[in-house]
Amino acid sequence: MMQDCVEDSSQDPLSTVPVADPAPATMDTKVEKKKPNENVSLADNSLLVDISDALSEKEKVKFTVHTKTTLPEFQKSEFIVVRQHEEFVWLHDRYEENEEYAGYIIPPAPPRPDFDASREKLQRLGEGEGALTREEFLKMKEELEDEYLATFKKTVAMHEVFLQRLAAHPVFRRDSHLRVFLEYEQDLCAKPRGKMDLIGGLVRSMTTTTDEIYLGATVRDVNDFFEQETSFLQEYYSHLKEAVAKVDRMTSKHKEVADAHIKLSSCITQLATREQPPMERFLTKASETFDKCRKIEGRMASDQDLKLADTLRYYMRDAHAAKAVLVRRLRCLAAYEAANRNLEKARAKNKDVHAAEQGQAEACAKFEQLSARAREELIDFRTRRVAAFRKSLIELAELEIKHARSQQELFRKSLQVLRECQ
Amino acid sequence: MSAGPDTPPFSTVDINNDSRDDEDIFASAVQEVSLDPEVNGAREGLEKVSIDDTPASISTSLNSPVMEEIATERSNNIIITVTEPQKIGEGMSSYVAYRVFTKTNMPIFSKHEFAVLRRFSDFLGLHEKLTEKYLRSGRIIPPAPEKSIVGTTKLKMTSTPSTENVNGSVSSAGVQSQFVERRRAALERFLNRVAQHPVLSIDPDFREFLESGMDLPKATSTSALSGAGMLRLFNKVGETVNKITYRMDEADPWFEERALRVETLEACLRRLGGACEALAGERRELAVRTHDAARAHASLSGADPHAPLSRALSHVADLHEKIENLRLEQSNTDFFILSEHIKDYLGLIGSIKDVFHERVKVFQNWQHAQMQLTKRRENKAKAELSNRPDKAEQAANEIVEWETKVERNQQEFDSISRVIKKEIERWEEIRVDELRATLLHYLEEHMKHQAQAIRYWDAFLPEARAIK
Repeated sequence: MMQDCVEDSSQDPLSTVPVADPAPATMDTKVEKKKPNENVSLADNSLLVDISDALSEKEKVKFTVHTKTTLPEFQKSEFIVVRQHEEFVWLHDRYEENEEYAGYIIPPAPPRPDFDASREKLQRLGEGEGALTREEFLKMKEELEDEYLATFKKTVAMHEVFLQRLAAHPVFRRDSHLRVFLEYEQDLCAKPRGKMDLIGGLVRSMTTTTDEIYLGATVRDVNDFFEQETSFLQEYYSHLKEAVAKVDRMTSKHKEVADAHIKLSSCITQLATREQPPMERFLTKASETFDKCRKIEGRMASDQDLKLADTLRYYMRDAHAAKAVLVRRLRCLAAYEAANRNLEKARAKNKDVHAAEQGQAEACAKFEQLSARAREELIDFRTRRVAAFRKSLIELAELEIKHARSQQELFRKSLQVLRECQ
Repeated sequence: MSAGPDTPPFSTVDINNDSRDDEDIFASAVQEVSLDPEVNGAREGLEKVSIDDTPASISTSLNSPVMEEIATERSNNIIITVTEPQKIGEGMSSYVAYRVFTKTNMPIFSKHEFAVLRRFSDFLGLHEKLTEKYLRSGRIIPPAPEKSIVGTTKLKMTSTPSTENVNGSVSSAGVQSQFVERRRAALERFLNRVAQHPVLSIDPDFREFLESGMDLPKATSTSALSGAGMLRLFNKVGETVNKITYRMDEADPWFEERALRVETLEACLRRLGGACEALAGERRELAVRTHDAARAHASLSGADPHAPLSRALSHVADLHEKIENLRLEQSNTDFFILSEHIKDYLGLIGSIKDVFHERVKVFQNWQHAQMQLTKRRENKAKAELSNRPDKAEQAANEIVEWETKVERNQQEFDSISRVIKKEIERWEEIRVDELRATLLHYLEEHMKHQAQAIRYWDAFLPEARAIK
């Protein structure tokens, strides 16, 4: 049974991870992770994969993939390679196109590292520098750097989880492409996606969708279970997508609310400098309160992002992968039905009957096998989903309560101090 | 109507009231304090004063130093609330009436509690009267709320009664009721400030405004588009030019320093106000987006066949709707408590600048009189030299005339300077206290909001745990 490793705390991008030499001015960041993910519950630790290091330079992120294994298929027991995002996508595509895995939900490829938003914000901050005081500017810069770091840690986590799901899977872990990915020291032949590749990808995804529609229309499904699953997944996927979009908008606005406190704080400080000592103390303390408040609000926003949005996002992608299984199954069914028709024709003409019989038997076996596997996968998907949501929602609630309590306590203490300020 | 500032009948009376010495905040601005101890009892004594027990000396002129000292040393026991804005009539002739409820122990009022209905132009009319009467003597007149043609027209043209909005979601009705609420709060602040002012609070027009059950004569001259409005506009332009072009030769460093301080304070407050409004706006937008997220979760819940998860998602949706309202309330706190306070003070600073400018005008008068006097003296000298006794006599008469004017103008200038200093000192103390109170109130409200957030999430947690 595959274990979904996305929600454990060591995946928490905001958990304290030692950061080596952040040089945010040039957006080159290294993140070191000390220990491999231990939440992979396997009977054995025969294949452990983690991303021990990551370096971001300009357009590219380089992930250091670290493997520790006891499996004989590998040449060494512990080794490291450096991979870029495109090579992860290459690996994912190899699984997708492998017919043996047709009935399986392939772990979705990690999303492309996207620092555009952060970079844009930093640039805008630089341009608007004149309008801000030195203090405001530094605080905003600090916020943006934190945001960038969080995005970075998240992308590392997503790439790591992808590999770990593969490594933990009893069938996927044996794949030769995975071995190559983990071991082969040279660059894989995956080139950065040029325009043609992107268009190719677009065309591919378009054909998948038309496949869905076409097949759905012409091939009647023999099984109620799959009928239900198909309509459920269609609907669920689109709702998930919607929910992700809305939660993202909400959390980004929440961050802006947090940032708005910076200006408030700074103006109160300015006011303080023009006042007599008692009032000055009062206002300075008030300003500090707002500053602390801002930090807590920021944490509230990022925890919502982490626990709610990311969970939704992950399952959205998983739902998409599950839909792909259904499409593959339908294709297989279409092939099965074609083999049936072929056999009928052969019997009618009494020509190549044996070959047709064999073809039909193979198609049937393939279809049955795929269906059985798919059914298991889809049921498992539901169980995983429910468990993951439960975990995330509980953690979200606990975190939000924690933060709200801190805020409350902050205000309470501040009020106490401020009232004494005479 | 307005008594001259130059009648201090009690200025030679000795005071013996020691309890006030350490509270004499006017020490820096005032040369002499005079008070009849029988008139000014202790603070607590005010409650025991019955309606008929009007001290005789209160019948002196409004601007005498006695009056000022009596009233400035303790806050007036009067609270005014402005409530129940109601739209009267329909279409362009409609207007909003406010209920003005006063609760007071002050002897000049005939009852302890009373209420009247007033419309916005009544408030403006009162403000104008007070300005006419007291600005010249150096009083800071609390600002009246701004006229808003757009806001008012919208109000007139909506067919639904614009009373308090029940749910807080942002909608055009919500924005409308926000407008009414802001105006109501501003009117209330205006009246209470007047009520706390030692001199303005006992003005008969103010009293009539609060007490008189009859409708006040319609203050048409306050309408922005009236003839008087146009005239005001022209005058304002002229004044602005005057403010820019006339450079007063400031002999008193106190005024120069204060004027500068007021300017920098204004700049600071403006920035703070901007930051606060920005925060309020972001929070309001956050509430809208929270609403969207709630809806999305509700749809998701509907699509999920696994009952416990579906229930939990539905709870997430509910939770977010509650959070949406909470965020709106937080935004309102930002807005109504902090932001409006700042706007209020910016308005007051405007009044202060007005009063400074009045002093400049008084100075101008004085200088003008001075110049006229010098000219007449020259005329007389010339006439004497050219041996024109008739002209010399005429000039001598004029000299006497102008000497009187110069003296009177100088006294006016001294008086207004003195009064302004007192007003400013009073204002400085109030300002600090009010800012303190506002910030404390603001933090208290936000603390309550967090408590509410905790309650909501606490209620949700068991639902999340119940997912199987």
